[in-house]
Amino acid sequence: MSRYAGVDSGSWNTKAVIIDDDGIVLGTSVVRSGADLTAAAERSYDEALANAACEREDVTAVWATGFGRTAVPFADGSRTELDCHGRGAAFYVKGPLVVVDIGGQDAKVIRLDAQGQRLSHRMNRKCAAGTGSFLDEIALRLGIETAALDVLASQATEELELSSFCTVFAGTELLTLIRAGRRPSDLAMAAYRSLMKRVIAMDVFEGHVVATGGVVAYHPTMVALLSEAMHAEVTVPPHPQEMGAFGAALAARDGAVSVGPASAERAPIPLAERASDDA
Amino acid sequence: MTTSRRELTSTAPLRETMGAYYRSLGDAVERKSAPVAWCTSVGPAELLRALGFAVHFPENHAAMLGASRTANRYLPVAHAQGYSQDICSYLTSDVGAYLAGESPLTAFGLQGVPRADVLVFNTNQCRDVRDWFEWYGRTWNVPVIGINSPRSVGDVTDAEVEDVTAQLEALVPVLEGVAGRRLDNARLAEAIAAARDASSLWEQCLQTAAHRPAPFTFFDGTIHMGPAVVLRGAPEAAAYYRTLLAELEERTRTGVSAVPGEALRLYWDGMPVWGRLRALSTTFSEFRTAVVASTYCNSWIFSTLDPADPWRSMARSSVELFIARSDGPKERYIERMVKLYDVDGIVYHDCRTCPNNTNSRYGMPRRITERLGIPSLVLDGDVNDLRCFSDEQARTNIEGFVEQLADARALASRAAPA
Repeated sequence: MSRYAGVDSGSWNTKAVIIDDDGIVLGTSVVRSGADLTAAAERSYDEALANAACEREDVTAVWATGFGRTAVPFADGSRTELDCHGRGAAFYVKGPLVVVDIGGQDAKVIRLDAQGQRLSHRMNRKCAAGTGSFLDEIALRLGIETAALDVLASQATEELELSSFCTVFAGTELLTLIRAGRRPSDLAMAAYRSLMKRVIAMDVFEGHVVATGGVVAYHPTMVALLSEAMHAEVTVPPHPQEMGAFGAALAARDGAVSVGPASAERAPIPLAERASDDA
Repeated sequence: MTTSRRELTSTAPLRETMGAYYRSLGDAVERKSAPVAWCTSVGPAELLRALGFAVHFPENHAAMLGASRTANRYLPVAHAQGYSQDICSYLTSDVGAYLAGESPLTAFGLQGVPRADVLVFNTNQCRDVRDWFEWYGRTWNVPVIGINSPRSVGDVTDAEVEDVTAQLEALVPVLEGVAGRRLDNARLAEAIAAARDASSLWEQCLQTAAHRPAPFTFFDGTIHMGPAVVLRGAPEAAAYYRTLLAELEERTRTGVSAVPGEALRLYWDGMPVWGRLRALSTTFSEFRTAVVASTYCNSWIFSTLDPADPWRSMARSSVELFIARSDGPKERYIERMVKLYDVDGIVYHDCRTCPNNTNSRYGMPRRITERLGIPSLVLDGDVNDLRCFSDEQARTNIEGFVEQLADARALASRAAPA
């Protein structure tokens, strides 16, 4: 039996998955990314290997994905998270499908055809609205852990609206509603509804919808709202938070083409380039 | 494999040409050798040259602020004056730099931007150019005149051309008064002929990128278009483009590619991100992807200029400009370019502060993709305000798009009969 690995170096968490030839998940791991992405990748990979009861030398190939994909020095190749979330979702659900990935720092909508080939992708603009960070901000305002938001929202009875487009303004609006005596559970649900509206505005949802990412893994309310808005079932595949890492492991298994340069060859973004270089 | 951009040897004469132009502006100010007019980048430059003005193009100046990554220093200065961060960041960075008393033109011996005797706008691009010029007009108490062009033009009508023709002719008495001389029709015809020559050569330079591999990219074009912008109507522009064209034709003959190992070809619509030209050029090059053509660089092709019919041909050039058109003609134009340059995909720059040169906000990418089967990508950014641009998000978007195109090509080649 061959084993393949994927490491998803995300902005908030680093995830690793070990699979076999058939794509069966043998082990997973989620660790905080912190400031040292390489150290987090090493730690996550080792944890996933331990959970899969195997060693590094047992792994035929390991691929990286995520925003820190070039900071994984032991990776044999890399693919963007746009590819890996689509690839992972298409393993479980046949296309055409739309993959909605809601992570800590960004949200993605990825459209795949019947063969699982990507047709298009959309990412949120440079803004926290529509991402997991929005829920963190709202939880902070309500004085609870983000993980508790879902349970709180499940007790909602009144439909409230957060009308602001901006995370900071939404936070202010929330404080106004708290002062007006609104129930925290209704406010929590309003936050999810606001997030859902941002996501469904990103693209047209044609075909089976699959939701991945940390937000749907820990916030079933979000999935229910997406399903309600689309008048269709939204599938959450196994290991939604590790879906990017799973897709990277599939890319390793399938020998996908790595379009980018290896991490060591990648030119840094030349922030300090001189004016004369361009003029 | 090296992924570095292959420099053109024409960059040296380009710098000489541009340097001589900037120094001539300095002479006009210091020695009073000529009256100074400011002109929008697609304003009536030929008319101003025929009247003997030294012509300054503030959009070129703003692009210098962007490319030198100094624009973000100056933006807050203009914002504080009540010029919103949501309006043109060319305007706000340029006004901010003026208020800060700084300019990249000091490298050419000028004290700053040349003080105008008259400012001449054409709103065929946007309303912001007029607001921009009026700020300086109030500051210096000098006349601000111009052309209020029709916008969202469908098929160009005679009425629209007549309207702009009349507005152009109406500029003459004011400009003659400032210049202190009468308009010489022979000089106007000369300026139009010079502009037409340079335009034709610039078009030929750009179209060398239809060759595989492309010898020239959009990123090269944004630099080498300088003379087409600032020397429109002057003979130096055509002289430079003869040099550039010879080098590009030599590249196509010998198979020299701008992007080593060119595998994919893209079209760019919208403004450049001036402060990230090099970074974006490098990123695409790393992915062996050549951005071979753009709406932006093509916008300084004025094929209808005709010295035998100066007023109407200047008016028609203004009215038929891409940016002044409705989505129907714009889409037909992009579709022609997609076919001419045989591209694999289209990148639309959603430029935060330049809605008029952003074409992704009214459903165009989806319509063109559905009609042509050409995938598209929308990149969020800005022409000068780098706070609106995320390096990592742009890189992931570009890399993801390249993966998509590469996978589609691999699938097609597997499906093709042996």
